[in-house]
Order: sequence, then structure tokens, then C-alpha cells
Amino acid sequence: MSTLTIDNIHTYYGNIHALRGISLKIEKGEIVTLIGGNGAGKTTTLRTISGLLKPREGNISLDGEDLLKYPAHEVVYKGVSMVPEGRGVFARLTVLENLEMGAFSRKSKEELNHNLEKMFTLFPRLKERRTQTAGTLSGGEQQMLATGRALMANPTVLLMDEPSMGLAPVLVELIFDIIKKINEDGTTILLVEQNALMALSIANRGYVLQTGEITLTDTAQNLKNNPMVQKAYLGME
Amino acid sequence: MINKNNFLWNAIKLGLLGGTIGIFFSLVGMIEVFSKRDVIENVITLGDFMLLATAAISGFIATRSQTNSKTITTNLVTGTLAGLTTGGLLALFVWVGSQINLRAVFLNASPVLFDLLTYKKGANGAWLLLEYGALAGLIGSLLFGLPEKTRKPLTNTILFLFGMALFSGLFRVVMINQEGGAAKLAKFLFGQTGLTLSGAFIFFIIVAAFTSLWSGQSKKIQGSYARLPKKGQITVRVILIAVLAFIAIALPQISGPFIAQVIVVVCLYAMMGLGLNITLGFAGLLDLGFVAFFAVGAYTVGLLTSYGPFGLEHISFWAAVPIAVLASMLFGAILGLPVLGVRGDYLAIATLGFGEIIRLLAGSDFLAKYFGGPQGIIGIQKPCLGTLEQFVKIDVPRVCDGLEFAGPKEIYYLALASAILIAFIAWRLQSSRLGRAWMAIREDEDVAEALGINLIQTKLLAYVLGAAFAGLGGAIFTVLVGSIFASSMQLNVSINVVAIIIVGGMGSIPGVILGAIALIGLPELLREVSEFRYLLYGITLIIMMLAKPEGLWPSQTILRELKHNEIMPDTESPNIKA
Repeated sequence: MSTLTIDNIHTYYGNIHALRGISLKIEKGEIVTLIGGNGAGKTTTLRTISGLLKPREGNISLDGEDLLKYPAHEVVYKGVSMVPEGRGVFARLTVLENLEMGAFSRKSKEELNHNLEKMFTLFPRLKERRTQTAGTLSGGEQQMLATGRALMANPTVLLMDEPSMGLAPVLVELIFDIIKKINEDGTTILLVEQNALMALSIANRGYVLQTGEITLTDTAQNLKNNPMVQKAYLGME
Repeated sequence: MINKNNFLWNAIKLGLLGGTIGIFFSLVGMIEVFSKRDVIENVITLGDFMLLATAAISGFIATRSQTNSKTITTNLVTGTLAGLTTGGLLALFVWVGSQINLRAVFLNASPVLFDLLTYKKGANGAWLLLEYGALAGLIGSLLFGLPEKTRKPLTNTILFLFGMALFSGLFRVVMINQEGGAAKLAKFLFGQTGLTLSGAFIFFIIVAAFTSLWSGQSKKIQGSYARLPKKGQITVRVILIAVLAFIAIALPQISGPFIAQVIVVVCLYAMMGLGLNITLGFAGLLDLGFVAFFAVGAYTVGLLTSYGPFGLEHISFWAAVPIAVLASMLFGAILGLPVLGVRGDYLAIATLGFGEIIRLLAGSDFLAKYFGGPQGIIGIQKPCLGTLEQFVKIDVPRVCDGLEFAGPKEIYYLALASAILIAFIAWRLQSSRLGRAWMAIREDEDVAEALGINLIQTKLLAYVLGAAFAGLGGAIFTVLVGSIFASSMQLNVSINVVAIIIVGGMGSIPGVILGAIALIGLPELLREVSEFRYLLYGITLIIMMLAKPEGLWPSQTILRELKHNEIMPDTESPNIKA
């Protein structure tokens, strides 16, 4: 049974038709990546799934339950969390406060403490820095914090928007290791990436997005070997 | 040839700046007004003190900023030169004023002013200005040369003396009212318009001794407090609170109605400040029309309790207050709903419009049937703590057979209790779930929504609760004054409230209270110089924003931001895996 189903969604920014009928299927336990150039609609797709943008047409459902009938702030309660593009950590709040904010949708104190322990095991670096303001963290640490914050809500599906953006290569590898680990712990992941090579190397399947439409979908391995993908997104001739 | 990097040139520059400031103060008439007040009776007037302080400060800054060599001689020369230049510019001003009639343009450039500046010696006395200027500059540079351990108590003492002199009238009246020993002491310490020489001397000794002994003691006291057993700590706290409570209860009886009224006004502004602190400080929603909620609270109580022509009902103050607070909350929602999607600068303008609409409607002829128009609502009942019937409904004309909150001395208790209650609620809200939601939308609305925060509900609650605080303030204001006029709901009230928050420290509850005391309480106490109130207010705000932009008592969030704002480099990455 498929976890997250996106069926033929059309999203607009005013009159601009940004998503022209996108359909995705993400099975439980998968890592699915969405690759595409600038302005292809990758971020728009994630924002539509998380409810921040409302599509004019189409359906989004999680385990058979319609997600579109919920406002953005309730989508989190349904088990979909997002790590926003550019991390979006609360720069003036401490690491701990940022993580607690992530658990806003979870009201029980025990669950909060349990999740905090989990995050500190996953990201020991955040534990060291927990009293520091998030704005003083390095780019890589901020990415960890944003990821940890999203995980604090116990999501079944994690939407990640450009986690490698602006990071040094060594850190990109580290972040992708962490993504793999989060997935192994049982979270389904939809990963949007410009760094297609890295994304395809950890994903099970991938979709190629071009000007608001899905032009290609296959297993990650096949996409990596596809000459069109190699030329357009992997920088190979 | 003047070398521009020369320390002498630097001193002259700062001296000229000081002189210009001195001339400015003279021309706006401040020196003349302030000369009627003494710092020390028959020794130095407030006006003289201001000019000398200008010269001394330019001497101090010139000495501090000169980098050539820090020998004592150059320091003293620099300071003296800066002070001399300040005095020189003033002397030039006096000379020009004696040759040309400046009054055609500058009304205050009168012979009286020049007499004051030259100690009644006319243009010939201009030399005196040079002497005094140089002396003040020298003092400034000497102050700089002193070690910090001596300088701090000394400057603190001078500032304290200055403050005592400013408020000497208040202390004198209060103490003379007590009669007996206190009255005699008052006459010994305070003159008609300032400190007496003996008073100044005594204060100087006491404060200087205290401040020099105090340095380093506060840490020791904190340490010994921390070493106390838990029970002892609680006892100390209870005693401290009891002492404060006793002072708060006894204060209006000792100080009389004027100071009580000033404190009431401070409490009202603190309540509005705490209200706006929720919308602006916690949730980050700027509201420039905050006076509207104050007006709603005031008019609701007025309409429900007035026995004048516009009174709708004759219920008691106590029954009207909850209705007034609810009405303000309703208006908070009415403002909040249409501006939910408006952010930043646009929000400021939209709320500004809302505040003006409420004021104009209340004062309009169109609604004069209901709100009295420009004549306002008069004859508002004072609150009465009497029998149960009087607690709800009142007869007209009413007799109060209990405690009547008739004047500022009684309303003081009402205002203080309300302000404390509101500060407590604000403090609890800050650390609540709702408080965290406000913090999140202040930092980033989109992310907050993605984390599961209901933006509409959270923002509306910020408007509604902020409005409730201001509405309670308005209700108390109404019974303090006994009447309401739309003209008291001006835009400058809203701006004052914003200034209180910024000066006090955005998002900080003690900061807001401190801001209300500093921006509302002090100017109220200095009524005599009210002509220059907004000039001094403006200068204070500019200096504050340059020297302490985070506010008098900044919130934890801002404090942390200031402490370590350097970004961690990614170069430490090898450790990350550890």
C-alpha cells in the first residue's frame, strides 16, 4: 500500500501555472527524490504537499486520508513534516528551543523528552551546542538542526528541500549519511535536490521534474544511467 | 599649518561641537529656563551646570579619542583645549549677540540670556566663559585620567547629586508635609529650588562612601545568598517582598496625591506597554494604533457608569470593568481579522489607520448622540468598595458607604494591583505553549505554520490579549480623570507606548515596566521643564538607540544574540562526526 499519493495536482502563484498536473507515489519506507533544474517546481511541490500552498486541482492523500482538507498547520499532525529550503532555523532561539518548537504538535512532555534524546543521539553535535543560538551555528549544523526539528514531530513522511544547499562537499556526504539513517529508522523521505548525483545515490526511485511536469520516472539506478539525465543533471556527456 | 591628524585639531573639533550644542541650548531658551533652578543653591544653577557639563564632556571625549600619546600632559592639554574651544565659541556667540541684534531671528537671544551666560558682566564677561570652559575641559580630562575605580563612584555621585537636585522640590514637599524632624531635615537639605550647600555636601559624602564601598559587594552578597539553605533563601525573599509591599502600600499616604497620580499614569502606560509587548514584543506584530483599545476600555466604562447625559446604564465600576475588557478584546479581534495577512510596514500603516478611525469616530458629530462628540463623557462614577448591592448596581446620585476610590491616592492601589496582575499574566503567557507559538511566528511565519502552529488563531490571540491589557488600563484611566474626551486618545499615546517598549527592551516584561518609568514617570515629575519635554525626549531616544539599542533591560533572546554573534565556521567539520 502506498503511503503518500499525489494525484494530478495543479498549483498556481497568482496567474502563473507552476505545477501542471503532477502525480507522485511514495511507498512506505522509501527514499524518493525529485530532481530538476531551477524553477522546475520542486519546492512548489513540497510546499503544496505540506499545505502551505493549496492546489486548484488534484488530490493528495496519506494512507488513503485526504490531506487537502487540512490547513497547513494540521498537516503536521497527520505525519508530514518539512525541512524547509535554506533551513529556516529560528536564528535568535537556542538549539534546544528550536527543537522544542519542532515538537509543537506533540503535546505530551514525555514524548518531547524522548524525542529530544533521540535527536541528541542522532546529532551529538546539537547536544554540545544546545544552549547556543541557532544563528551562531555553522551551515552544516543548521541543516542538522532543521532536520532534527522536523523529526521532533514524529513524522511518517519527511519532506526535505535542498539539504545540501551551500554546504561543503564533506558535509554534504555527512548529511546524506544522516538521511539514509533516518530512513533506516523507518521514516519515508521525499528528497528534493539539485545535487542529483548524491540524491540518486541514496534514493530508491526518482522523478524528473521539468517546468511543472514530470517528464521521467524510474528507479534511481536506471535514472543514473539514463543518458538524458546524465547530460542534463549529472554533468556527464 | 594644521595637521588634521593632530590631537590638538581633534580637541578643537570636539570643542566646537560642544560649543555648538551649548549655543543651541541657549537659543532654544533652555538655559534661561533652567537657570531658574539650582543644582546647589546660590552656587550653581541648572543652566550653568548644563553648559559646564557640555564643556567637561567635550574635554573628556577629546581626551579619550586622542591617540597620539597618552601622557598626562597631552591629556590635560587636549581636555583644556576642547573646553576652551567650547567656552570660546560661546564667548563668540555672546560677543556677536552684543554687537548685532539677533532677536529678529532668535527670540531667545535676549540680553537676559547674555547676562546669564556672562554672570551679568555683559560682553566684557565673555572672557569668563573662556576661563570656565577651559576649567571644565580640564576637569573632564582629569576625570579621564583617574583610574576606573575612582572615576566610577565619582561620576555616579555627581549624577546622583544632579538627580537629587532635579527632584529636590518633590522630596522637600513630601518631607515638609510630615512636619517635625523630617520637615527640619528637609529645610536643611533642600532649598527652594535645589540642594542647599550643606545638603549637597552631606549627599556627596554619603553617596561617594556608599558607591566606593559597594563596588564588588554585590557579588559577595549574591554569593552569601546562594550559600543560604533553601529555607533561608525563601525567608529572605519573603522579607524582601514584605518590605516592598509595605513601601507600596504606604507610599501614597506619605507622598501625597501628586506622586500617587504620577505612579498611576506610569502603571497605566505600563499596562498598555505590556499589552503591546504581547503583540509586538512576543508575536512581532507592529501596532501603531494601540490607543484604540485604551479608548474602547475607557468609553465602555464611561458609558456604563456615567450619571451624565450619555450614561447608558448605571452599573458600578466593578461590573463595568469585565465588560470593558471584553469589549476591548472584541475590538482586538475586529482589528486582527482584516490585517491577518498584512505584514511589516504595511501592518504598521493599517493599524495606524485603525487607531485614528476610533479616535475620530468617538469625537465625531455624527456619533455625538452616543459618545458626546468633542464634549466627551463626564460625571463618571468613582469606584466604591461598599455593600454588595453597590458592587453591581448603583443609585443616582450615589452614596458610597464604604471605601471610595475618589482620588489618585486611592486609585493608586487599583492601578498598581492591576499592573501587577497584568505583569504576572504576561509573564505566565511568555513561557506558555501560546508564548512559544508567538515566538515562532515572530521569527518566521512560514516555518511556524509548517511546524503545526495555527497562524490565524495565534495572531488573533496576540491582538485580543494585548487589547485586553490596554482596555483595563483605559477603564482605570476613566475613573482617575472622571471624564473622557476623544482628544485624549491621540496618536502620540500609541507612539509613546511603542517607544516604551523599544527603550525598555522588546519582549522583556521588566524592560517594559522600566521603560514606562523612564519615559512617562520622569517627564511627569519634571513638569517645570515641560516646554522642552519633547526635545529632551528626542535626545534621550537618539542617545538610547546609539548607546543601548537592545533596551534598558533586554529580553533573554536579544541578550544572547548580543553575547555571541559570531558564526561558527564549517572548518571544524572533522569533529562533527564525533
